[in-house]
Formats: sequence, structure tokens, C-alpha cells
Amino acid sequence: MPIARDDVAHLARLSRLALGEEELDHLAAQLDVIIAAVAKVQEVAADGIPPTSHAVPLVNVFREDVLVECLSADAVLSQAPAVEQQRFRVPRILAED
Amino acid sequence: MDGELTRMTAADLAAAIAAGDVSAAEVTEAHLARIEEADPRVRAFLHVAGDQARAAARAVDERRAAGGELGPLAGVPLALKDVFTTIDMPTTCGSAILDGWCPPYDATITRRLREAGVVLLGKTNMDEFAMGSSTENSAFGPSHNPWDLDRVPGGSSGGSSAAVAAFEAPLGLGTDTGGSIRQPGAVCGVVGVKPTYGGNSRYGVVAFASSLDTPGPLARTVLDAALLHEVISGHDPCDSTSVDAPVPPVVAAARQADVSGMVIGVVPELGGEGIQPGVLAKFNESVELLESLGAKVTEVSCPHFSYALPAYYLIAPSEASSNLARFDAMRYGLRVGDDGTHSAEEVMALTREQGFGAEVKRRIMLGTYALSSGYYDAYYGKAQQVRTLIIRDFEAAFERVDVLISPTTPTTAFRLGERVDDPIAMYLADLYTIPADLAGNAALSVPCGLAPEDGLPVGLQVMAPVLADDRMYRVAAAVEAALDARRGYPLLNDARGLA
Repeated sequence: MPIARDDVAHLARLSRLALGEEELDHLAAQLDVIIAAVAKVQEVAADGIPPTSHAVPLVNVFREDVLVECLSADAVLSQAPAVEQQRFRVPRILAED
Repeated sequence: MDGELTRMTAADLAAAIAAGDVSAAEVTEAHLARIEEADPRVRAFLHVAGDQARAAARAVDERRAAGGELGPLAGVPLALKDVFTTIDMPTTCGSAILDGWCPPYDATITRRLREAGVVLLGKTNMDEFAMGSSTENSAFGPSHNPWDLDRVPGGSSGGSSAAVAAFEAPLGLGTDTGGSIRQPGAVCGVVGVKPTYGGNSRYGVVAFASSLDTPGPLARTVLDAALLHEVISGHDPCDSTSVDAPVPPVVAAARQADVSGMVIGVVPELGGEGIQPGVLAKFNESVELLESLGAKVTEVSCPHFSYALPAYYLIAPSEASSNLARFDAMRYGLRVGDDGTHSAEEVMALTREQGFGAEVKRRIMLGTYALSSGYYDAYYGKAQQVRTLIIRDFEAAFERVDVLISPTTPTTAFRLGERVDDPIAMYLADLYTIPADLAGNAALSVPCGLAPEDGLPVGLQVMAPVLADDRMYRVAAAVEAALDARRGYPLLNDARGLA
């Protein structure tokens, strides 16, 4: 099933990527080829085969609830794009009206 | 003496420093001088940290003068992939979105290297966020292969492999997600090791695909790789997937270098259509060599390995699309369009559009597709089932044999620019390395000669069961010793790119 240009634009929105028109066309063509190639997994993966999300069996890891030192606010904020009153300053998150 | 110092192995350098034949400061100066001479052509480093390296070397010399104990790699310089966080150097991951970022903490592996007295020379180039097989996806331009400067050094850990092959550092550190240590090791003619998943901490390693990412060594000899392996490995409570088990005895195995009585399996699925004739020829010679050294070699089919590449290109991008969501322009890194007219969401999209390169965007889009409702079961879900089938193939194989072998890559180093806009061709570079990543077991690449048609290095891949990393070191060390004896000198003496 070929991937439509509208689908690619939708994926770009979900991915928070402000792709240009030309980039969208280019990516749509490439994604189409790649998705056709990876669809090969559907040939062998039959019902009843359990999925593996992780090669090493995982169990929840707990530790004692003890206080440990953490990074200082200055150290963390030193790499921020914008800082105000010892906080991260971010662009507006709500619409004007 | 300077020229000789840069050609010495890590093991010999550490011994000379411990014996007082040379100071760590002299060793570091020699390597910084070599970087100054060679790196304008190789471009292995994104950042050289001369002052910090000199201070670290001085500390080793002072500890020795005071009668303090030195670890097995104290005073030995190392080239660190720019994916490991470093509190005193920038960490960019080869991406414009992290240009100039100075992390507020050290990765666990960075910390262990410092504690062992290893001297960090600087940060090496890589494909952006470790996505690629050539370093051409770096936002800061590609590195060059010391065997032929017009060719790629492999990737994504191509900066580290090039630095080691160009004698800029005796040791390098990389990360392997689909082959990103073994493939650059193979095409640069050095040893590259992907340890068992979970054997090495991922804390402070900028995440690409968390269920696959594995840090590991690059070195010019198998023993050097083993020494580095033991220094960085072991359980880390800061990484929830870190395995709480003893580190396999890899140094002892590298010194043992004996394959007599071992049963070695050749995987026919890794080495069929599309393989370069010279690569196949060198692999077949390696099989004969191993038999002559006393190993029993047998063919072991792993029928699902041919589905590993498509499964990987669903699983890795899916995890990447999630991991890279953290680059939101709010807390660190690049921010674009923050001029009062754009919302936070628009700033995110503008920043990510400008800050990410083409391959990273491709993978984010692919991962978002594979995880989206309506496609999840058909793509990501199926890929996870294939992962189970590949693990079962390995388990069945290791019931019959001690290790599996294959060529590391289908071809020798390709030319810069050759595969840049052909993602599928680029992805094929990892065809033989991906199964071990999906299954989490240990695998390495050891040089096994030069392809006759182009004179470029070929790697032999050795794969071992989970937490049996020592087995592959035994095999690789035996191959290395036999080939060095036959040749009469180390393989890298034939590298002519910088002559």
C-alpha cells in the first residue's frame, strides 16, 4: 500500500517537524520504498509467536528510598535556551483568545 | 620516541608507564602531536581536549610518583565517541541541535575511564545520533578512512575507528545499535567489539534505540580491546537494563588465544548475494585458518537472519522517534523561532526541522509511522515477533556450536558520497551485524586481511552467546596471532592513506 503525501504531512505534524514542501515530496518517495522493504517482516511473523521488546528479560528495579545529591539548579539552567527568575523560560503554550 | 609511542599498543604503553620507562604526560603529548598532524586530513575528532588530557596524564604520573596503584590502562589515551556525556567537554552527538551543549554530568563509562586513569583526548565524530554507517550524517562533515581518504571510515562510530587506525589514539570507544562499532572497525582494519547488551552502562549515553544501544571498545589489538572492555564493564545501578552479573573473563581469553577443541559455526545466511568477492575470499581463508588451528568448523543455518534487517528498521526507528522527542527546544540545545510570534509547539517544530539532519528525520518519520494506530500490529508488532525468531535461531545454533562466524560487512569501505541519498543501500552495510543486536548477544569484528581487488581491510565477525563474551575474544585473538605471524608485521602498517 503506497504512502500518500497527506499521510506524510500528518506524520510530520505528529513528529513536530516543520518540513518544507520539497522535503515532504522527497521523504514521501523514500518512505514508500523503505516501508515496502521492511514489510518483509509480515512474511514470517505468524500468530502465536510472542513479541520480544527487549533481549534481556527485565524486572522492575527498586532501590532504598534514600536521599542522594542531585544537580544544582544553576548547573541545569546553564544549558537552557532561555532562563527567567531561575526557571526555564518557554514560548507561550496557549492561544491568544 | 614520539612516533614510536603512537604506534605502541595500549597494553605496552600501560606497562611502560607503570615501569617508569615513559611518563603518561609524554604519551599524551605524542598523541596530541599526532592528532595535530593527521587530523586535518582524517577529521576523526569534533573536539580535542588538550588541557584536560594533559591534566589527566599529570595526575597519573603524580599517583605513580606517590607510590599509588595504577590500573591496567592508567595513562593510556582514548578517543571518546561524542555520544558519551562529558562534564568538561561539549557533547553534540554529531547534531546541530546539540551544537555547543556542555552536559552537567559524566556518563558512567566516562567516569569509569577517568577513575581508571585513562586519558580522554577528546570527542570523536559520528553519524548524527548514531544513525548511519559512514559518518556522512554528521552535521559537522564526514571523517575519512586512513586507508584511503576518499572512502568512509564506517559508522556510526567512524570517528573513533578512524582515530585508532590513524594512530591518533590506541583506544577508542563507540556504541553499537545495528553494527556501529563492528562495521567501522572492519572497514578501518581495527578490532571493534559489541559486548553483551546490558554488560555496559547506557547512563549518560545519548539514547538512539534503548533496547539495542551497547557501548564497546575499538582498538588495534584484541588484547587492548579486552583490557578496555574490563575497565568499562560491570553493573551500574543508574541504568535499569544493566545486567547484574560478573564481567566475562575477556582479558584472560584474549591472552589464551587458543581455539583448539572449539566448535565454530558458519552462518550461510550471512554472506550470500551481494557480497564482494574479496570479502568472501578473506572469510573463506579465515575458516581454513581456524580449522588449521584446531577448531571444528561446521555450517549452522539461521533461517530468520534474513529478516533481521527489515525488523531492525522498524524497531530502531520506533524507539528513536520516542527517544528523540526529548529534543523539544525547551530545556537545552537549539531553539529556533522564539520571537514572540510562535507558540511553544511551533518553536518545537521549527527547531527540530532546522536542528535534525535528513537521516534523523527519515527515521523519526518511519518510527512514528510504525507506531501509529492502524499500523502498529502490521509493522512494529511483527518486527517484535521476528526478534523472537532471531533469538530462537541463536539459541538453537549455540546448542551445537561455541561461537558463530561471518564476514562483518558485505563490502570493504565504500566511497564518500556513494550512498548518501540511497537509504536502502546505506542500510545494507549493517546486514550481517544486526542479528546480534536484536538478540542482545556478544559479537566482535577482527581484521582478517585485505581484499585483493581494492587492498582494503576485511573484518571477520565472531558472535558468542549472551554473557559469553570471552569466547569470541579467544577466537579473535587466535586469528590475530596467526595472521600477524604469517604477515610478520601488524596489518595497519599497510594503511597508506596518510603516507
